[in-house]
Amino acid sequence: MTFANAVLQGVLLGGLYGLFAAGLSLIFGVMRLVNIAHGDLIVLSAFLAFSVVDALGIHPLTSLLLVIPTMAVIGYVLQRVVLNRTLGRDILPPLLVTFGLSIVIQNALLEVYSADSRKLDAGALETASITLADGLSVGVLPLLMFGAAVAVVVGLQLVFYRTAMGRAFRAVSDDREIAEVMGLDPAKVYAAAMALSLAVVAIAGTFLAMRTYFDPASGPIRLIYGFEAVIIGGLGNLWGTLVGGIILGVAQTVGAQINPGWQLLAGHLVFLLVLAIRPQGLMPKMED
Amino acid sequence: MVAVARSTRASRIGLLGLAILVAILASAPYWAGSSNMRLMGEIFAYIALASLWNLLAGYAGLVSVGQHAYVGLGGYVLFALAMFLGVHPLVAVGLAGVAAAIVAVPAAFLLFRLKGAYFAIGSWVLAEVALLLFARVSALGGGSGTSLPITVVRDIADGRSAREAVTYWTALLIVVVVVGGITLLLRSRLGLALTAIRDSEVASRSLGVRITRVKLAVYVAAAAGAGAVGALIFLTKLRISPDAAFSLSDWTALVIFITVIGGVGRIEGPLVGTAVFFLLRETLADYGALYLIALGVVAILIMLFAPRGLWGAFAARTGLEIFPLQRRVIAPRE
Repeated sequence: MTFANAVLQGVLLGGLYGLFAAGLSLIFGVMRLVNIAHGDLIVLSAFLAFSVVDALGIHPLTSLLLVIPTMAVIGYVLQRVVLNRTLGRDILPPLLVTFGLSIVIQNALLEVYSADSRKLDAGALETASITLADGLSVGVLPLLMFGAAVAVVVGLQLVFYRTAMGRAFRAVSDDREIAEVMGLDPAKVYAAAMALSLAVVAIAGTFLAMRTYFDPASGPIRLIYGFEAVIIGGLGNLWGTLVGGIILGVAQTVGAQINPGWQLLAGHLVFLLVLAIRPQGLMPKMED
Repeated sequence: MVAVARSTRASRIGLLGLAILVAILASAPYWAGSSNMRLMGEIFAYIALASLWNLLAGYAGLVSVGQHAYVGLGGYVLFALAMFLGVHPLVAVGLAGVAAAIVAVPAAFLLFRLKGAYFAIGSWVLAEVALLLFARVSALGGGSGTSLPITVVRDIADGRSAREAVTYWTALLIVVVVVGGITLLLRSRLGLALTAIRDSEVASRSLGVRITRVKLAVYVAAAAGAGAVGALIFLTKLRISPDAAFSLSDWTALVIFITVIGGVGRIEGPLVGTAVFFLLRETLADYGALYLIALGVVAILIMLFAPRGLWGAFAARTGLEIFPLQRRVIAPRE
């Protein structure tokens, strides 16, 4: 039963990793940009949620009403002012600029919030659980997190394939020049995509803050988890990304079950294994 | 008669100047204080690391953010060889480079499946794996690390000042070998292949350049260099721990900032960048996190507005080049 429990907890944890990865996958799909500051933006939104909850005394889930729009605006401005200037044939500028951004965000958070670990108090939600069978129960919060991940993937799919914005995303992704000829302004389309990505980041960051302790240096490892989920799942497939997150989550919880020291290592090893035997990922949709 | 030449008057004067500088630096143990020598040793380490990263990213298009994997590996290999096998520490510095090169081959096998930015993060994952693995080796102190035993330290040389002189000379030797080696490599057939790949991968492949083999050679060489530098860094520190050995910010982030500020894709870039970095550090170090914020912002601004870096902008205006790489057509005099 402990093994089944580990798998179940891993699946639910995978939902959080899917959330880390969805924003990363979205940006790569639209503009081939790999945002190295992604993890730090997740932690930034965790701190934002912390400040909002601290100042207004509201429930962390309610704080999303403020954190999501704020992060979306940050994303839009960041793309318009900084990141759009880096896009082009050369891969070095976007990589190095987002890498610089990552270090700047980490140290700015360190200046403002100090190196102390924080956590959001989700109240009764934290301890509530549903018993499925004898010795097998799921927490309501992890379940909610997993539900949010599924909802985000469904939502992004709807945006991509059912809305004018999604059509614009796919158009600039397929051929930027033709899209421009057809009257789209790629600079604005990219900014909208980054805003959407950071809206997802806001959800991921707030759930992260409710689930675990975080500090200004917690970002990079979240980027790595998200990245591993994207590669395991296969580029350009949002459902694949969620599946990748789940595989990573299960590998970690089952690894921890075998030996607590193996938790993180087991996740990385599964990623390297996928890279060795199926480098295109499990469910790829995109070349490149 | 039209001729093609690589060296110019500027490069001849510049190289002569550098040779004199190296000679003066080599005599430092006879006149410099021990804290200055430590600082210079650190400067040499950063010049070497930045030059190696520049070779990878600026010339081979392999943007790695995981070179700290090899720095840490080199450090740990030195400690293991010296503590368990009784290898002389200076010999172990060289062997650490060999070990890093050996590990780099299977690592490249995995990483080369990832393109561009994904290669970057993949290299980072490998460094993370290395950190977690070494943290589990209890013979090397596990997560809290270990110190070099005093008997090993005595092995380096007799007495403190002799030891400092020997490690200093090793650092100087490494930086000269790394920068000189990169210069020679870029002037060789491999360098020509790298330039061709940078200009067009498709065209160079059609002309018979074996792209993967060329990139593999560069990746392995850069890993070997980083391993030797890492071994030397921790030989100077006399203490190693997983977090210090596999530090992203110390051995990768700062190295990338140095190269970007000085100029990616030019041999002079890392030299200029290191000078700027240490000037900034010595003046702003008291401000803690603010200093890293400033460094990050400067690197972002340079990448946005002067992507060739300080030396690149300077060279574009003046056409100066200290390390003779470019071929120039010398027109006959009228």
